[in-house]
Amino acid sequence: MEKISAIASLSQLNRQLGYKLLVIVAMALAFAYGLVPLYDVLCRVTGLNGKTENVAVSAQSRVDATRWVEVSFTSNVMPGLAWSFHPVQSSIRVHPGKIETVTFIARNMANETVAGQAVPSVSPGKASEYFKKIECFCFQRQDLKAGESREMPLRFYVSPDIPDDVKALTLSYAFYSAIK
Amino acid sequence: MSYSTTVDHEEHHDHPSGMLRWLTTTNHKDIGTMYLTFSLIMFMVGGAMIMAVRAELFQPGLQLMHPEFYNQLIGVHALVMIFAALMPAATGFANWMLPLQIGAPDMALPRLNNWGFWLLPPAAILLTLPFTLALFGIGDGAIATGWTFYAPLSVQGGIGVDFAIFAVHLLGISSVMGSINIIVTIFNMRAPGMTLMKLPLFAWGWLITAFLLIATIPVLAGAVTMLLTDRHFGTHFFDAAGGGDPILFQHLFWFFGHPEVYILLLPVWGFIPQILSTFARKPIYGYKAQVYSLCAIGVLSVVVWAHHFFTAGMPVPALLYFMYSTMAISLPLAVLFYCWIATIWRGSMTFETPMLFAIGWIILFGIGGLTGLVLADVAADAQYHHTYFVVAHFHYTLFAGGIMGIMAGVYYWLPKMTGHMYNEKLGKLHFWLTAISFNLTFIPQFFLGLAGMPRRIPDYALQFSEFNMISSIAAFTLGLTQLLFVYNIVSCVRGGKKATDKVWEGSNGLEWTLPSPPPYHTFNEQPVIR
Ligand code: HEM
Ligand SMILES: [Cu+2]
Repeated sequence: MEKISAIASLSQLNRQLGYKLLVIVAMALAFAYGLVPLYDVLCRVTGLNGKTENVAVSAQSRVDATRWVEVSFTSNVMPGLAWSFHPVQSSIRVHPGKIETVTFIARNMANETVAGQAVPSVSPGKASEYFKKIECFCFQRQDLKAGESREMPLRFYVSPDIPDDVKALTLSYAFYSAIK
Repeated sequence: MSYSTTVDHEEHHDHPSGMLRWLTTTNHKDIGTMYLTFSLIMFMVGGAMIMAVRAELFQPGLQLMHPEFYNQLIGVHALVMIFAALMPAATGFANWMLPLQIGAPDMALPRLNNWGFWLLPPAAILLTLPFTLALFGIGDGAIATGWTFYAPLSVQGGIGVDFAIFAVHLLGISSVMGSINIIVTIFNMRAPGMTLMKLPLFAWGWLITAFLLIATIPVLAGAVTMLLTDRHFGTHFFDAAGGGDPILFQHLFWFFGHPEVYILLLPVWGFIPQILSTFARKPIYGYKAQVYSLCAIGVLSVVVWAHHFFTAGMPVPALLYFMYSTMAISLPLAVLFYCWIATIWRGSMTFETPMLFAIGWIILFGIGGLTGLVLADVAADAQYHHTYFVVAHFHYTLFAGGIMGIMAGVYYWLPKMTGHMYNEKLGKLHFWLTAISFNLTFIPQFFLGLAGMPRRIPDYALQFSEFNMISSIAAFTLGLTQLLFVYNIVSCVRGGKKATDKVWEGSNGLEWTLPSPPPYHTFNEQPVIR
């Protein structure tokens, strides 16, 4: 009799510990989903991954005419989007603080209207927070009719606060078919 | 230490027989046997897949298969070997031996245990079914992303990816169940007097593995679930167009993936010292140092994950951190190596098959660890990443360090489990053929990798021909050799010389105080450890 109740209480203990361990499992799952915003914040704060703020900033007037920074442009069209897309000029030399405008050309080669979304990224990553966009086609999705081609301007400046050792940076655009 | 053991006489409960017995059993020995059998079958299945791959790589050019099918084979091979061969083998040993080693009548949560096993066969079917479906024109085959599921490829892939995601869910639930069971068993079911610092090292290894599993498997489950919703339900966790980030997937995957490589090995690091001590007829050297090292490796393994994608782009401080933390793991690992060698140092050694495997294991796993250090060097990894050097590295750790360790365990405990001695001559032949053909398969791959041959590509430049041919021939030998292993196990289960209770002259530990094979129920009266 005593043995039976001992076994019963042991199996109860076992179950209790099992549930406690299940809490760790639940926490680990929550942690996985928690990593998504955490990672995003971390990237933005550190400029890791070349993520740039995808919002317009207002112009500022301080121009550092003593320095040059070479800004190059590259373009990619991701699978699933039948567009051609490229910058008109592949690079430009700028004074930090001076506002420049460059143009990209996109052409829809499909025979229906297609929406695309451009995603920018800057390398080296540490330069990304100093690359300021005033106006960009990447701020909203672009609808192109069948066969339509469009010239798309980008107005930007490189912040004068950019570290001295950054003499060149690359802005890369990837055009995706826009999420419906 | 002296053990007082009471073994109940075989009790004749009316448990069902035939298939129903195996479906409904909650007996730890039955479940252990099922895990081990399943593991052996899947080991052969995964091996057959990679034989086809090596046949394609025998010569440059594409001879036997389309690149898509090649990619499916390598991905499913890895998933099968990791999740359906290596992990179940370790769990099988845990089921069989942990209760015997700690003097418990059974696992703590027997019904959970039954579920844990029976989730595995459906998972294996899910993984491999897309191959068959493709033959009937449904879908385009199994997952073709490699075992790492990297986005965006896995977001774009066919139904094979969905099948693999569900398989990973099942495998994950199964591992979590098994782990919870093991932790509860070790914490609550030890024989009176067996304190934590008297636990057999195998139990320690498994305890840490189990904690790593319950902390990291949910992260993998979360990652593949995000993948699933990205594919079908309009989320964009990994889709840059929608504001997501494909690199995030790599972080999530390797947050699980790196601890996983230690999950696969910690149980082996646990029982190898027991084997070494048995055949060197000396006690285990540095028990405490080993326990602390195992714990240190468990903790460190969760903070080094990004060394798998140094080349994906990271700020320099992050590169440095992940490089140094990775290299730091080799310190406790070196302590373990030291203890293993000290355990056999000046012992009166004999070289039965388990000992051969254990000693071969120390050397070959050592090569795996050293080449890992090379890869952890950020500057060097830029050249070696995604080449055959990495393939060779992780086969020295996983095939030598994992599978060959498991083989040592099989030969060590098989007489205890079956009550018969296996064929020693055949066992030794199996060892030598395995060790030699394993090295001939993978040493050339180190050089291929150094010379720049990329992994996961079915074709290669002409200058790599000879080494690939050598590697393929050795791989076929390695594959065929495993038939000896299967044959030896099957005939040992069927019959053979009667094994004594102690089996090995130098064995010590609770499991060797029981008859071989142990009765269906053991330790209903728990032994008292003094
Ligand atoms: C001191 C020990 C170790 C170090 C420093 C180390 C380091 C590394 C590094 C840096 C990589 C990434 C290489 C690359 O992709 O460029 C790697 C890959 C890998 N390692 Fe290790 N490793 C060690 C031990 C282990 C062990 C014990 C295992 C398995 C049990 C293991 C399994 C793997 C696997 C499976 C991969 C390749 C994963 C893939 O890309 O598919 N390693 N290792
Ligand atoms: Cu790793």
